[in-house]
Amino acid sequence: MPETAGAPARHPEPKPGPVRPPNPVLELTLARIREFVREPEALFWVFVFPVLLAFALGIAFRNQAPEKLRVAVETTTPDVGRVVTLLSRSSDLQVLELSPEQAAQALRTGKVDLVVLQEPGSPYAFRYDPTRPQSRLARLRADDALERGLGRKDLVPIQEEPVSEPGARYIDFLIPGLIGLNLMGSGMWGIGFAVVQARTKKLLKRFAATPMRRSHYLLSFMLSRLVFLVPEVAALVVFGWIVFQVEVRGSLIALTVVSLLGSFTFAGLGLLLAARTKTIEAVSGWMNFVMLPMWLLSGTFFSYSRFPEFLQPAIRALPLTALNDALRAVMNEGLALSQSWLEILVLCFWAGVSFVLALRLFRWQ
Amino acid sequence: MDSAPAPDPVFLASPARADIALRCAGLVKRYADVTAVAGIDLEIRGGECFGLLGPNGAGKTTTVEMLEGLTLPDAGVVEVLGCRWGTGCDQDLRERMGIQLQETQLAEKLTVAETVRLFQSFYRQGRPVEEVIGMVELQEKQRARVGKLSSGQKQRLALACSLVCDPDLLFLDEPTTGLDPQARIKIWEVVEEFHQRGGTILLTTHYMEEAARLCDRVAIMDHGQVIALGTPNELVASLGADQVVEFHVQGALLQEPLLRLSGVKAARKKNQGYFLTVTRIGEALPALLEEIARQGARLERLTTHQATLEDVFISLTGRVLRDA
Repeated sequence: MPETAGAPARHPEPKPGPVRPPNPVLELTLARIREFVREPEALFWVFVFPVLLAFALGIAFRNQAPEKLRVAVETTTPDVGRVVTLLSRSSDLQVLELSPEQAAQALRTGKVDLVVLQEPGSPYAFRYDPTRPQSRLARLRADDALERGLGRKDLVPIQEEPVSEPGARYIDFLIPGLIGLNLMGSGMWGIGFAVVQARTKKLLKRFAATPMRRSHYLLSFMLSRLVFLVPEVAALVVFGWIVFQVEVRGSLIALTVVSLLGSFTFAGLGLLLAARTKTIEAVSGWMNFVMLPMWLLSGTFFSYSRFPEFLQPAIRALPLTALNDALRAVMNEGLALSQSWLEILVLCFWAGVSFVLALRLFRWQ
Repeated sequence: MDSAPAPDPVFLASPARADIALRCAGLVKRYADVTAVAGIDLEIRGGECFGLLGPNGAGKTTTVEMLEGLTLPDAGVVEVLGCRWGTGCDQDLRERMGIQLQETQLAEKLTVAETVRLFQSFYRQGRPVEEVIGMVELQEKQRARVGKLSSGQKQRLALACSLVCDPDLLFLDEPTTGLDPQARIKIWEVVEEFHQRGGTILLTTHYMEEAARLCDRVAIMDHGQVIALGTPNELVASLGADQVVEFHVQGALLQEPLLRLSGVKAARKKNQGYFLTVTRIGEALPALLEEIARQGARLERLTTHQATLEDVFISLTGRVLRDA
């Protein structure tokens, strides 16, 4: 350290030799990590809650055996027993015997999809609502079952090959979405909250009174995010794989790169929201304001293609949409990173803009 | 206002004196509707413990933060260790300064040792963590979380964080406010030790006994200005009296005749009571009792004590220091 001219001499008394202090980036990052892991609530929301959510939704929307179509046969039909037997041969149909009044009511209220009847001296009749797909399907099945039962021969043999492909189920869609959502939440809350808290407690000002490099402080947030990223993503990936056999079809490296980019993007946004905010309440408000639209629009729980066409470009420009799409491309479709260049570009854009703005706007006191 | 020894207004034009650690001239800070600091000139010598004494809102913290380079003054200059803020030596200055801010809340989830180590990491060199923790007597709390410490222990930890860089210059902003007497004495001992080793200290306080015990020189501040400056003894001597008589009476009392009593230097009405500065207590006291009786008032309560810095403040402003 250069002695400044005119400065008073350092303490004359001999002191124990000066020690070489530890690395500031390391110490700051350790402090971030310690503060986080010593907060049980934070651990719950970041690691346990997403897994519970995935479990609940995975159970609720699991793929079930296809539901049977319900067909009623009016008891006034001649030879009703035979008709019921013939229809019951079709594994797709559940057959009920109902009086004409009951059958009419059941059809009206949607409890059956089709009513089969025969007036004396008339052919079989199918009574159904043709606007209901279920009913049209029931009509075809019932017709098929009756005709076959009565001796129709198929002209061409047809073999059926049912598929239930992992990767196309709801849980396959959901897990990458939850990873994206979790990266958004932990990135923004983790950084935004910590910075504003340090500001309200005057800790930022205290740090500014030391020779600490400002960039080291901000870097420590990035690094601590990096450390937590691995368990955050791994918790959901491993859970999905063990419980629901959700596969990662692409490379783990691609998954890591996308997660990292997403994490940094939301860290940047969190930093931006916290750059000048003075109270926890204010920053919470901003966080919700920014995150809520993405919760709804970015295709975490259902595909954003359900929103109107004119909204699509705006939705796809949201960082969470880009992250979710990129994660699904890697996990569900097994695509290479280069195929998701647009999403990666969107994420880089948000990350870059928010970091530059955050650094420019940041207030230490 | 006239008792303050006028500081040399042109000192910054004169060649830097080797023994001046900290100085400022014409320091002004205005916020939206108040002038927090209204032109302050100070010179603090190397190795000196200098106190800014004044009530809450006097502008002490704003002054200190401008000296620390944390707040930009609206006018005036600051020189720390021969260097002005913002002229390229900020980083070097920060290496040599230990700062304790008013009301910093350190991270609650970190332990004492972790916190000190964190602060140590910001400096190019420093003292061993254990040694600094020993200096503030927190050895037994090394592994305790900050959130579990008492307010006195937290304040000592804050002091440890400011000492870990082995500073030449220590800024303490109300280091003992809100602490019980024992906790306060522990802080004083640490400050005195630093002082004895030759360190320079600037501290603010609204406890006159703290200023009297720790400080070589004191500046009394009120409404953003220095209204008196000198050693604690000089300031007390400026009262021209060594005793203070405070009393309350029932009934009205004319102030004029009190001044004519033998040995009475000054008389002032303070809240419900009266405040006399007195040179010869043996003569003044009987005369005072006689006068009270003559005016037909009834004495309710009377105390006398050696004049202190508090009395200096009262005599300058007519207000009590602590609750002003």
